[in-house]
Amino acid sequence: MLRRTLLLGLCRGPLGRGLGTHRGGSILGKVEGRGGYRGSWMAPSSSSVTFRTQDPAHDVKTVGRLGGGDRDGKMSEIKKKIQSILPGGDWNPLYDTSYLPPEGSDVVIVGGGVLGLSVAYWLKKLEKPRGAIRVLVVERDHTYSRASTVLSVGGIRQQFSVPENVQLSLFSVDFLRNINEYLAVADDPPLDIQFNPSGYLLLASEKGAAIMENNVKVQRQEGAKVCLMSPEQLRNKFPWINTEGVALASYGMEHEGWFDPWCLLQGLRRKVQSMGVLFCRGEVTRFVSSSNLMKTASGEEVNLKRIHEVHVKIDQSLEYQPVECAIVVNAAGAWSGQVAELAGIGNGPPGTLQGTKLPVELRKRYVYLWHCPQGPGLETPFVIDPSGTYFRREGLGHNYLGGCSPTEEEEPDPGNLEVDHDFFQDRVWPPLAQRVPAFETLKVRSAWAGYYDYNTFDQNGVVGPHPLVINMYFATGFSGHGLQQAPAVGRAVAEMVLEGHFQTINLSSFLFSRFYSGEKVQEHNII
Amino acid sequence: MSPQIEACSAVSAFRVSVNTQEARIKRQQKASPTKARDGIADTHPLGVGKDRTLQAQRLLSHPPQSLHLVAPVWNGGTRGIGGLSRVVAPEGNQKKGRSLLQFLADRFYDVEALRDHLLRKQVSKVHQKNRPFNHINQRYGPYVAGAYFILKQGGAVRFQGREWIRPNQRGHFSLDFLKLQAVPVEAVDASGCAINYQGLDSLLALKELQSLWLQRCPHVDDWCLSRLHPLASSLQELSLAGCPRVSERGLACLHHLWNLRRLDISDLPAVSSPGLTRILVEEMLPSCEVLGADWAQGLKLGPEEQPRDTAGPTPA
Repeated sequence: MLRRTLLLGLCRGPLGRGLGTHRGGSILGKVEGRGGYRGSWMAPSSSSVTFRTQDPAHDVKTVGRLGGGDRDGKMSEIKKKIQSILPGGDWNPLYDTSYLPPEGSDVVIVGGGVLGLSVAYWLKKLEKPRGAIRVLVVERDHTYSRASTVLSVGGIRQQFSVPENVQLSLFSVDFLRNINEYLAVADDPPLDIQFNPSGYLLLASEKGAAIMENNVKVQRQEGAKVCLMSPEQLRNKFPWINTEGVALASYGMEHEGWFDPWCLLQGLRRKVQSMGVLFCRGEVTRFVSSSNLMKTASGEEVNLKRIHEVHVKIDQSLEYQPVECAIVVNAAGAWSGQVAELAGIGNGPPGTLQGTKLPVELRKRYVYLWHCPQGPGLETPFVIDPSGTYFRREGLGHNYLGGCSPTEEEEPDPGNLEVDHDFFQDRVWPPLAQRVPAFETLKVRSAWAGYYDYNTFDQNGVVGPHPLVINMYFATGFSGHGLQQAPAVGRAVAEMVLEGHFQTINLSSFLFSRFYSGEKVQEHNII
Repeated sequence: MSPQIEACSAVSAFRVSVNTQEARIKRQQKASPTKARDGIADTHPLGVGKDRTLQAQRLLSHPPQSLHLVAPVWNGGTRGIGGLSRVVAPEGNQKKGRSLLQFLADRFYDVEALRDHLLRKQVSKVHQKNRPFNHINQRYGPYVAGAYFILKQGGAVRFQGREWIRPNQRGHFSLDFLKLQAVPVEAVDASGCAINYQGLDSLLALKELQSLWLQRCPHVDDWCLSRLHPLASSLQELSLAGCPRVSERGLACLHHLWNLRRLDISDLPAVSSPGLTRILVEEMLPSCEVLGADWAQGLKLGPEEQPRDTAGPTPA
């Protein structure tokens, strides 16, 4: 054994890892290894693979019927060791590099939340042939302590004003209903996302009644099951509501409700790992790209950029790994704006396409959990007040979750996730108590804060490639409804990456270029 | 010759072996008895003492002839080199068990694909049972189509003013109801049927349905319950007893059924607190009689409420 190590040690370069990349493919068969390249290894030809098996255990003289079974096991161990030593394997005599991402990957997804994992899942599902694409997901927060996915209230609805949003939600609800067919992993228990099909109830005042009617028409056209209710019908159905100031209400009968986002995230993660997607715990600190000055058909000159390498800095370390990539997907959620800036998006004179930044920012939102023993019962839907305050039932013990989106002037500082309890007293409780008189006596049990990946332009998502940085794709900016559209958006981005155009749901109105051309796709029903 | 010996001799370039008949016979004797010995050594194209590099190449490249349809990867030398076919005589239960496991382990991806295929076949069987009968719907109307669907699944149907129609043990039923095109269906007993979310399409067309029994249906879950609201104006009796996938979250959307008079929610294993759920459902549906778990189920008696009949016989 020692002799063999010395033999190999002498053959290698002084460093275990060196420059360049070398991947897979030894003569001993397919080796699926991470960690890449091994220094100046001379290509072994079959005749010069000389391994001296002088160990007494493998002495030919002692072979016989008794040693037969052991031999098989020991031989296969030896073969595994040989495979890991040869180029492409992941044995490194100097130090362990298993925490590093691979040196190259076809697609690098920045951000491992529900949108990033959904893109990874659909890339692996729609790729032809199977195993063709190597996908790497880079997530710097492996406990998901600040991720929007797990801090969200988990609602899903089709009551949007933009038809594409309705289609995205309908597909996502279909995905959630058949989640155990989509995300089935052999020998693992089925997923229970604990979906509450209680529906959403949107209330509108006099001013918003006409817009609501219009929206409901659009939603019904796309196939959502929404019904309009007058204040009289509202009082009959939900006697605990005070209908003062409410002119119209729209109630989702089917396919709307809330579920457990953590379960969806874990289900996606498990499935995506079983499909062979690589994960890395690190932060993207740099993009290495190259530019080309090209001429469009009309003779105009454009500077097209292409990202070649992604520098992934490992958590709590100064070490980084340059990952060569073909495509980068920006699914970094609330931090997508910073990732886009790293790629040079927005570096240019304002008013031009080069100078258009990705308008996604961090916005902090609070969620409060309270207990009200006389509160509404089991039939409580997800109620959204005209003032923007919302609440929903949580569990069977008369607990409720709710909150409110602050106005632009009172936006809290997104530097940390501290909760402001005065916000509940001043902005959330009064409209709630007015709408549901039983909420005049309640006790706040707990609260938390999370980030919205808020699109300051029109509060709708950005999907698709950037017109100038041609291999960066966006899947972000959904401003609070990203979780409920994640499965559908993931599929749209995967189709864009693999086919070049949207196939199932046409999201061309959600492309980046609308920020430059100024065409807003304003979503009115944002909570 | 034993593959183990050959593997070793191939990789050890400095192993000197005696190329004599006696040595060959000795090696054969030491070899595993599961290999046949009828003159294979005599027909071996390469003597062992010959060209080691050739043998090394042969070991490291694909085994040229193989009876087994597996992808040619290096098999660790467990099967023959030089393209020799070997007859594996079963030698005793332990050996047989081990070689069966080895056989399966070598074909891991095939076994996985087979399991995946069997699972998908099961799922598609349920889908097939829940397909809509559009041609019957077009010809005979929604009531007959719904009745046919239920009878095909193994359930029972009752038309207005008539008796229950049930399939017999073989699953056959008479087609007399085909002429009842204008008679609405009043009661459906789909207990134990494999009805699922898709299959409810056929049921929801029965606008005058008054009584629906979905006892012990394995595929009825919360999503299905959220679909029952079109029957709100007529449905008076609903039974969900014993459905393994129904939880309190699905029961919350039964409040649409304002005409409901009898609801059976006993024996639901997925409901977390049956007693509390029954109370909440009774509050939600005030004019409905709810048959469910006992209110005190799951509650523990306090120390002062313990039964005091521990000492002494009860008086006669």
